[in-house]
Amino acid sequence: MKTKNQLALAPWIFTIGFFLLWELICRVLNVSSFILPTPSTILVAVWEYRTQLAYHAFFTLWMTLAGFGLAVGFGLLLGMVLGSSRLINAGTYPLLVGFNSIPKVAVVPILVFWFGVGWVPPVMTAFLISFFPIVVNVATGIATVEPEMEDVLRALGASKRDIVFKVGVPRAMPYFFGSLKVAITLAYVGSVIGEQNASNVGIGNLLTRASAAFEVPLVWAALVVLAVLGVIMYAITAYVERSMTGWAQRSQMAA
Amino acid sequence: MERPLPVFVDIHDVTHVYARAEDGLPAVRNLNLKVNEGEFAAIVGPSGCGKSTLMKLATGLQFPREGTVIVDGKQVGAPVKLAGMAFQNPTMLPWRTTLDNILLPLEIVEPHRSRLRRHKAEYVAKAESLLEQVGLKGQGHKFPWQLSGGMQQRASLCRALIHEPKLLMLDEPFGALDSFTREELWCVMRDLHAAQKVTIILVTHDLREAAFLSDRIFCMSARPGRIVAEREVEFPRPRDLEITYTPEFSELVHELRNHIAQARQAA
Repeated sequence: MKTKNQLALAPWIFTIGFFLLWELICRVLNVSSFILPTPSTILVAVWEYRTQLAYHAFFTLWMTLAGFGLAVGFGLLLGMVLGSSRLINAGTYPLLVGFNSIPKVAVVPILVFWFGVGWVPPVMTAFLISFFPIVVNVATGIATVEPEMEDVLRALGASKRDIVFKVGVPRAMPYFFGSLKVAITLAYVGSVIGEQNASNVGIGNLLTRASAAFEVPLVWAALVVLAVLGVIMYAITAYVERSMTGWAQRSQMAA
Repeated sequence: MERPLPVFVDIHDVTHVYARAEDGLPAVRNLNLKVNEGEFAAIVGPSGCGKSTLMKLATGLQFPREGTVIVDGKQVGAPVKLAGMAFQNPTMLPWRTTLDNILLPLEIVEPHRSRLRRHKAEYVAKAESLLEQVGLKGQGHKFPWQLSGGMQQRASLCRALIHEPKLLMLDEPFGALDSFTREELWCVMRDLHAAQKVTIILVTHDLREAAFLSDRIFCMSARPGRIVAEREVEFPRPRDLEITYTPEFSELVHELRNHIAQARQAA
């Protein structure tokens, strides 16, 4: 019981400790707030710019979620196709890996040619950067169905489709939810990159403008808001994962 | 018009080479085997002798390069759909309860597939009665991973039988169990066979298992596999575990052992 409480408290203690240490180092070494502001200065800035930050955070949030939603839909579909066909899998893998290797910041100008500046480039960047882990994980989950299970069903006359939907997809769900945790943080990176280069709203855009004007506390405040939003989204995804695929985490539940 | 025991599975002069076999060596060569309807047949042999290939051929998961496979009077050209299968690994789906795992074949095979939703209660009752027969009464709501290995294997037998298959293929189903559990499951299997009148082909390494359960034993040679000996088992049914300690039983096991030893040496 004692260790359980300690485990629950640990994230808070470590996080608070981290910021205290930061504050302490800045004060002791007398670091200029232009180089590294103290957490207390940043906190004050967050409060000071709260309306502006909330306004832009709202845009970042929905753009991220829109891109992430697209990635989930597309990733599931493509993952199912790749997982059930070895031919398509082998054929498209180099393409996929190559595409994923392109830094997405390089794609943003193309998105601007196509869609102009606005909400589309951030959403598209978030989507493009985050679908890959979903595809790979869903495909792996489906492609690794036990051969005996396949034999059992095929001997009953099951079609490929039956096997994919009855066994492959449910089996891939832990992989899928695991990949969502990676994808949501990537989607954040994507939407912020998009906003920095091709949008007039969003935290990314705010960052660009604040840094151009050397408003250092605002830059840091925006970063903190991003980090907090990221942690919240990650926690929600992790919670959904736990409640959807409890059967896959039985080693802890059985204890 | 019908003989009392018509041939149910007839594998005639079959040679099979897997497409991805690197050496091009056949898995089975000139394989001949006949199992009568309702019979309990056992296939024993050294490891890697093509026993699993035989299972795939009989269920239509593979088609022979040469020769013919006839099941239930029809030449096999597609998965036979009247077979149930159980393996050494129980392969239960962890996200379904035991009961839902057992109902899985009904979601695939016609006519149950289209009847399942409207006649759910009837099928659930059937699954419950199967669970009772294998000694898992009232355990259907549990997830498979909450059951022991032996219990999972029992559930796997229920899944293989739920759609009333005419042919049951068992690939070393008790191989991973301890010897007490194994003997318990032999008795379960014996009673299921007596109750369901299903034709069973059991692939096993365990000669005592083959001798205790089956009506007819085939010994296979090392790869490329073929039948080197066929032996009818005449112990009267119902058989009690006690017969495994009689001299006649030991003699039979010994005889089978010699066949296998020769088959291994020939390799």
